[in-house]
Amino acid sequence: MSSDQQTAQVTSVVEAEESRAGRAYRDRGTLARQQERLGWLLVVPPLVVIAVIALYPLFETFRLSFTNERLASAREARYVGFENYTDMFADDQFWTSMKNTVIFTVSSVALETILGMVIALVIHSNFRGRGLVRTSMLVPWAIPTVVSSLLWQWMFHDTYGVINSILKQLRLMPEDKFLAWNADPSTALGAVVAVDVWKTTPFMALLLLAGLQVIPGDVYEAAYVDGANKVQQFLHMTLPLLKPAILVALIFRTLDAFRVFDMIYVLNGYATETMSIAIYTQQLIVGRQRLGEGSAPAVIIFICVGLMAFIYTRLIRVEEA
Amino acid sequence: MAVTNMPPSNYIRTSPDELDRIRSRYTKRSKWTFTTVLQKVLFWALIVFIVLYTLFPFYWAIVSSLTPDVDLYVYPVRYWPQNVTLEHYEAVFENGGFMRALLNSTIVSFGTVILALFFGTLAAYAMGRLRFRGRTPVLYLILSMTMFPAIAIVGSLYTFMQRFDLYNTLHGLIIVYLTFSLPFIVWVLTNFFRAMPGELEQAALVDGATPLRALWQVLLPMAIPGLVTTGLLAFISAWSEFLYALSFTINDDARTVQVAISQFTGNTQFELPFAKKMAAAVIVTVPLLVGVLIVQRRIISGLTAGAVKG
Repeated sequence: MSSDQQTAQVTSVVEAEESRAGRAYRDRGTLARQQERLGWLLVVPPLVVIAVIALYPLFETFRLSFTNERLASAREARYVGFENYTDMFADDQFWTSMKNTVIFTVSSVALETILGMVIALVIHSNFRGRGLVRTSMLVPWAIPTVVSSLLWQWMFHDTYGVINSILKQLRLMPEDKFLAWNADPSTALGAVVAVDVWKTTPFMALLLLAGLQVIPGDVYEAAYVDGANKVQQFLHMTLPLLKPAILVALIFRTLDAFRVFDMIYVLNGYATETMSIAIYTQQLIVGRQRLGEGSAPAVIIFICVGLMAFIYTRLIRVEEA
Repeated sequence: MAVTNMPPSNYIRTSPDELDRIRSRYTKRSKWTFTTVLQKVLFWALIVFIVLYTLFPFYWAIVSSLTPDVDLYVYPVRYWPQNVTLEHYEAVFENGGFMRALLNSTIVSFGTVILALFFGTLAAYAMGRLRFRGRTPVLYLILSMTMFPAIAIVGSLYTFMQRFDLYNTLHGLIIVYLTFSLPFIVWVLTNFFRAMPGELEQAALVDGATPLRALWQVLLPMAIPGLVTTGLLAFISAWSEFLYALSFTINDDARTVQVAISQFTGNTQFELPFAKKMAAAVIVTVPLLVGVLIVQRRIISGLTAGAVKG
């Protein structure tokens, strides 16, 4: 093969490549359109699920809240205006549930954040067996909520519960006292908070720990050289740097705590002392079959959660690409 | 020029040993003084307390489930079993309703996860890798669905499920569970796909592969660890779900294990059922714990990327 031929061949290969690239370049318009079509095709299934099984029922809930519909009833339902809402606002049980929910949410989220912070700071220091401690903290989180309520129900038992037994052995409780922590009106709400704190604090700690670990160590060295003590370091450096992580965790936990259902329901059923707004709603709808009346508190819950979620999405901002 | 005469940067870099020496000059030398010992003791006491606090309730469930009733209902309690028995586990396994519920939960959870992973991966690929108009609003919608309050739609879903014969069926539960598992998976995997390097996929596309082929042959093999972890998290939430399962099932045909154990009672009105409850609780929890321990490292990062769901 002569060098001329070789050159010619190379040129033709190059030309072919170039024309292919040119075609690809010219095809970019169609490629973009293909991507557009494929993209929509792939997101259709989740969108259909969301529309049919979440958004449509949500719309129905709004509509039903203005009717006197009942479950499994042949009676024709009619529109009753705001009657369900006025009845609800006149119902003491609604306000008790609301109060319980707010107390539960504020105290459990506050305790979880503070305790979680303490635990995260402790684990953040280097020590032997740190991995094991971290692993053990995943356990309460992985346990189903129903199960954790059952565990604590047994531990709270008045006669044979381990908590009363420990307190008596430590002489912190008189021998003849039998306190059913989750049933006694004076401790019931506190007991519910305790279960939630136990289940969620370790996880909160792991989240904050993840936040702590991305703070570079030399920031602390600089502060140390400048003579800042540990407390100053925590208040002026750790806390501000952790603020985004704390905020996200706080709002998510608040959303979760506000709609608490299973933990309290399994521990105490429909007991008034610990009834949350979600339990109040579920009892009206499923327990008492009053679909219309029960839809009113459901709407209230949705509005509260929606507001909190709105703030949350503003805070973390989905990155625009 | 001065700039070009600067020594290469490695001239002024200090070796790690040297850095340690400099650091130690600023750090107090640790001595076994009273305060340091006290600090150490307090620190370890705190660690022990944290571990005891997190692990004791489950430990207590295991111990109670292995203790014969005569040893269990006593005061003061016995912190470790003196006589071990498996009778409570046998009783639970002989309980037909519970076994059926265990099977129901397995079908529902696997069904949910498989469907959600399949459709979720495809959607997440589109959101993370393809350009199309309306992508950002869709992502917002999906993110907001991860926070959707189930209680807000329980009532209308109830009528919906009765109308379409989905009430008290396993596939009905699977369909309903998709409302939380699908958005969760899409959201987590979208972030996951976005963080992946694009070169290999680009190369495949330039070579003429279709986007789906690039996903299947290039991205998916890299994504398997992420898929496994996300799938496990979705499995845990489906397995642990309670509100829908309680509201949309009426008998053994579709009752899930969470509902079954919440309704566990003794054989007679006078029998305390706690040991059996604890045995059932342990059975229901152990599979989850095993899964979590296997992928524990990824779980923490996966959750921080996705949702902070508890």
